[in-house]
Amino acid sequence: MSIEIVNVTKRFGGFVALDDVSVSIPSGQLTALLGPSGGGKSTLLRIIAGLEHADTGRIEIEGLEATDLAPQKRNVGFVFQHYAAFKHLSVRRNVAFGLEIRRRPKPEIRKRVDELLELVHLEQFADRLPSQLSGGQRQRMALARALAVEPTVLLLDEPFGALDAKVRKELRDWLRRLHDEVNVTTVFVTHDQEEALEVADEIVVINDGRIEQIGTPDQLYDEPANDFVMRFLGPVTQLGEHLVRPHDLEIVTDGSGAAAVAGRVTRIVRVGFEVRVEVTTEDQVVLVTLTRAKFLSLGIETGATVSVRIVPSGGAGVGRQIRAATVQTS
Amino acid sequence: MADRTAPARTRGPSRYVIRLVVIAYLFFLVAWPVYLVGKNAFSDGFENLRGIIEDPDIVHALNLTITVAIIAVVINTVFGVGISLLLVRYQFPGKRLLSALLDVPLSVSPIVVGLALVLVYGGRNGWFGPTLESAGFQVIFATPGIVLATVFVALPLVIREVVPVLEELGDEQEQAARSLGANAVQTFLRITLPAIKWGVIYGVVLSLARSLGEFGAVKVVSGNVLGETRTATLVVEENYLNFDKGGAYATAFLLALVAVACIIVVSVIRPKEDR
Repeated sequence: MSIEIVNVTKRFGGFVALDDVSVSIPSGQLTALLGPSGGGKSTLLRIIAGLEHADTGRIEIEGLEATDLAPQKRNVGFVFQHYAAFKHLSVRRNVAFGLEIRRRPKPEIRKRVDELLELVHLEQFADRLPSQLSGGQRQRMALARALAVEPTVLLLDEPFGALDAKVRKELRDWLRRLHDEVNVTTVFVTHDQEEALEVADEIVVINDGRIEQIGTPDQLYDEPANDFVMRFLGPVTQLGEHLVRPHDLEIVTDGSGAAAVAGRVTRIVRVGFEVRVEVTTEDQVVLVTLTRAKFLSLGIETGATVSVRIVPSGGAGVGRQIRAATVQTS
Repeated sequence: MADRTAPARTRGPSRYVIRLVVIAYLFFLVAWPVYLVGKNAFSDGFENLRGIIEDPDIVHALNLTITVAIIAVVINTVFGVGISLLLVRYQFPGKRLLSALLDVPLSVSPIVVGLALVLVYGGRNGWFGPTLESAGFQVIFATPGIVLATVFVALPLVIREVVPVLEELGDEQEQAARSLGANAVQTFLRITLPAIKWGVIYGVVLSLARSLGEFGAVKVVSGNVLGETRTATLVVEENYLNFDKGGAYATAFLLALVAVACIIVVSVIRPKEDR
């Protein structure tokens, strides 16, 4: 186990950012800390980096007791949401910073920086200033800078949060490939469940300063530990007593069947390849997502009377019997 | 210079009226009076200037002023940057009080500053002065007192220039440097200082100009002894009162020249897109 976090608590004034959190983050993997804003995930990352100090608890990085270690002695690479580029230094000097601090010989620095710039595809920008780069390029530079010191762990705090949707998606794929190439233990913070599901080997869901669930993307999606995780990881809707994913529901037009609920189609929205159908039953509005082909074969339109049921092949993992308390709140 | 701020242009005559008002205001308040000082200094060609350069007492006064100004600027720069870092990067009780206290030197009349310093460091009746004096260190009526008074009046200038720059800079770059292995000193020298460079330089120039021109506080604490503790500004006053107007104007011209030159040099070399 690479990073051990044991009983960590952190308060900011009266606000409890982390409440007795313990996690083991495995070596060599890409782990996501996922959760809503203000849930404590960035605080946890900053505590691992030594940029914040935990009120109580212990941190161990690759067997090294790091609880009271200054950030510069932890050998972690940290990437900030807003790049934290050294504005007065060229791209090359930015990447070389950690090596210059370590007083490595000049030729070695030069060679290593060239390798890293090639890795992040910034060779031709080496002599530019950060202000002359785009957001995505700056973040790649920040990554190269963090990797230059050969950190034991690489920590990324909402690394793509400040970028536009298209660049974010490109960088996401790129980060995954980079990780497979470099293989350094990586932890990244995100509030975007799609990002976490797509990139991470393992996801730690954090909410209200507590850990809700730890698992692989599949485990989290198929077997959410509670309603919060289910709701946070993807769209949900309610059918009777069940909390289900809209794509695990199907619409039947030929009347009844086991566990089918009758209703009227009140809204149809088409987004790209999927069609979202709102069916109003006696006491609920149920959202059903269909493929376009399926939708066309049904031939329904607004106002049609239909039945909704859980896809039979969905198996045991689909849907959650929700507790009475949750029904009231939703 | 002013034309470069292109957007939100006011069209039509009002634009020219506003310009005219501003130019006339600055002309009558600043440019014309300063120009007249220069004109009077050279009313007899270079006679007046030669006069002050050949007077050993005035040369001593000019030297004293420059020495004091340089020492005061160095002290104010070191403490100014330190206090700015303290104010922006750290939370502590009494922070707002400290911030308010730093404006006192700007709001209190320099002559009050002088009197206050005499009360504390005065050789005979001061609170701390006699102790220092018995240890062989004279403050009031000596160079240390002049430095002290000058440091006091120019205290906030570096801080007020550096604090906004530090605030805008944020601390992410510093944190990044720390996580890359830099210690506090390396982070300051390699990251923070280059980033606040222009704020510091501007603060230094303003402090220097202010230190060269300080009059009230210095007059009280220096004792105004000819050839010993009389500074350039005191020479101007003394000559003026003694009907040596030529000497007064010439000295005043030198003082103004150095201060204005500093500010012009900095605004010329300062990068245009700094902020």
